Amino acid sequence: MTPPLEPRTRSRRIRTDALARVEGEGAMNVRVRDGEVLEVQLRIYEPPRFFEALLRGRSYTEVPDITARICGICPVAYQTSGCLAIEQACGTTVDGPIRELRRLMYCGEWIESHALHLYMLHAPDFLGYESAIHMAADHRELVERALATRKAGNQLLIAIGGRAEHPINPRTGGFYRAPTRDELAPLVEPLQRALEATLDTVALTATLTMPDFERDYEFVALRDDDGRYPIDRGRIVSSGGLDIPAEAFDDHFVEEQVAHSNALHSRFRDGGSYMVGPMARYSLAFDGLSPLARDAAREAGLGPTCRNPFQSIVVRAVELLYAIEEALRLIEAYEQPDPPAVALEPRDGVGCGVSEAPRGILWHRYEIDASGAIRDARIVPPTSQNQRAIEEDLRGFVAGHLDLSDDELQWQCEQAIRNYDPCISCATHFLKLDIERA
Amino acid sequence: MPNAFSRAGAVVIGVGNEFRGDDAAGLIVARRLREQASTQAVVLDWEADPAGLLEAWMDANLAIVVDTVVSGAEPGTVQRFDASTVPLPARLAGSSTHALGVAEAIELARALDRLPGRTIVYGIEGSSFSAGAALDPTVERAIDETLTRVVAELGERP
Repeated sequence: MTPPLEPRTRSRRIRTDALARVEGEGAMNVRVRDGEVLEVQLRIYEPPRFFEALLRGRSYTEVPDITARICGICPVAYQTSGCLAIEQACGTTVDGPIRELRRLMYCGEWIESHALHLYMLHAPDFLGYESAIHMAADHRELVERALATRKAGNQLLIAIGGRAEHPINPRTGGFYRAPTRDELAPLVEPLQRALEATLDTVALTATLTMPDFERDYEFVALRDDDGRYPIDRGRIVSSGGLDIPAEAFDDHFVEEQVAHSNALHSRFRDGGSYMVGPMARYSLAFDGLSPLARDAAREAGLGPTCRNPFQSIVVRAVELLYAIEEALRLIEAYEQPDPPAVALEPRDGVGCGVSEAPRGILWHRYEIDASGAIRDARIVPPTSQNQRAIEEDLRGFVAGHLDLSDDELQWQCEQAIRNYDPCISCATHFLKLDIERA
Repeated sequence: MPNAFSRAGAVVIGVGNEFRGDDAAGLIVARRLREQASTQAVVLDWEADPAGLLEAWMDANLAIVVDTVVSGAEPGTVQRFDASTVPLPARLAGSSTHALGVAEAIELARALDRLPGRTIVYGIEGSSFSAGAALDPTVERAIDETLTRVVAELGERP
């Protein structure tokens, strides 16, 4: 381990060219001189807008199949936001049993994604292991729990989506085929076991040592129209009092180019950064959680809001618990939708859709013509919305922890980035990390 | 719930991303193998999170994984690794665009006693990974070579 440097008298440069345990590939660069953080950059290399170009000229019915390919971790989020936008463009709202089935499939994705991140990618940071592989030797049961929980979510995706990756059953207006109640019945037992295990996991995350760091974030999340915890749709709300429908996104948010990254960075039109994802949802929709999830959160020491980004692992565990419980509830209440999809009539127009990907709100906008051909497509993924917040976290965290050695600082900076479960494949296709004190 | 993979004596898994140039090579090998009606192996193309590989090969006694690699070799080079008892070379770790790489999934499976008795990895050296890029011609040829070698590895006639 490198001995700590004197922050007042030395300049330091810490670089990480490959950021491990972040979906995709990217780099972070931090420069410190005379105890002052000069620069923090999250760099992304790849051309981000390939899919938007690919969608132009294609049929509106192809949106769920094409956008599912953007990410191997959150295809359902892409399909859902895309379908909502197309349905709005066609002047339709999908409600009732079809909507409930969408929400159920979405729970499967939350379960899979949160289990992967929480146990395999984030927990090793807190428990002091280089990776889940190193952790498995000492915490085999925890890794087995991760795999079993992930599988319970995966089975939900197979049962509804038709296969484990890039579900093929969702379509604009609903589904090609709705599962029967009998087909969903075998999912219950693995989900119940996962629920029990996740209660232990929430308690476990509460025992982890959290770096001391808080920021006064502006949180942005959806508010579910039925008062439930936001997942599959909703109005966009913020801790600053914003409350808008999906179609007003452009009036309040702007994406801009930054010199050091290929990904567009989002901010409020009138100023600063904001945070999307588990901490934002939790803090804005605590009352939408189930009583069990609220109690688990309280017992884990969380209040009704959370401002320490490292505690996102606790929040993610609470959300995992909620998603499993919500899946069980939706299976219990399931009515097979007949027909499984609403018929859509394309018309010349614009539609916007937004849903809560595991990492935060994912917004789509499409312009289609009367034949249903897509004239324009825009996709704003959660990771590009969080980029500024991540850079500001790093700036604040490094400034307050210059007494750490380069190795320790680098470890905790990587951990700070993983707090956001950044899906670089969404923001672009690759991201890396680089701290420098030069 | 029945496990789709549980009948597998042998499973061949092509890993990659269809839209990222040479990263599609593993998927194409898997699809071509599946088109050969004679194969007895379970054939999967895998574009999702490699953590799921631990389920995919769980009950197989032979797993053959085909993925694009970046190891510094000439583009189109095909390398065969026997990962049954030893990890993949370090130069291949962490090169995946996925959350856990194939090398990590193999080591995680080994740590949990979930690795098939024989686990073989074919790595096709790629050079271009831009979104929407076509396959490099050397990678096209490497796909044919890999398919032949995988069929032989399975003990099947081409």
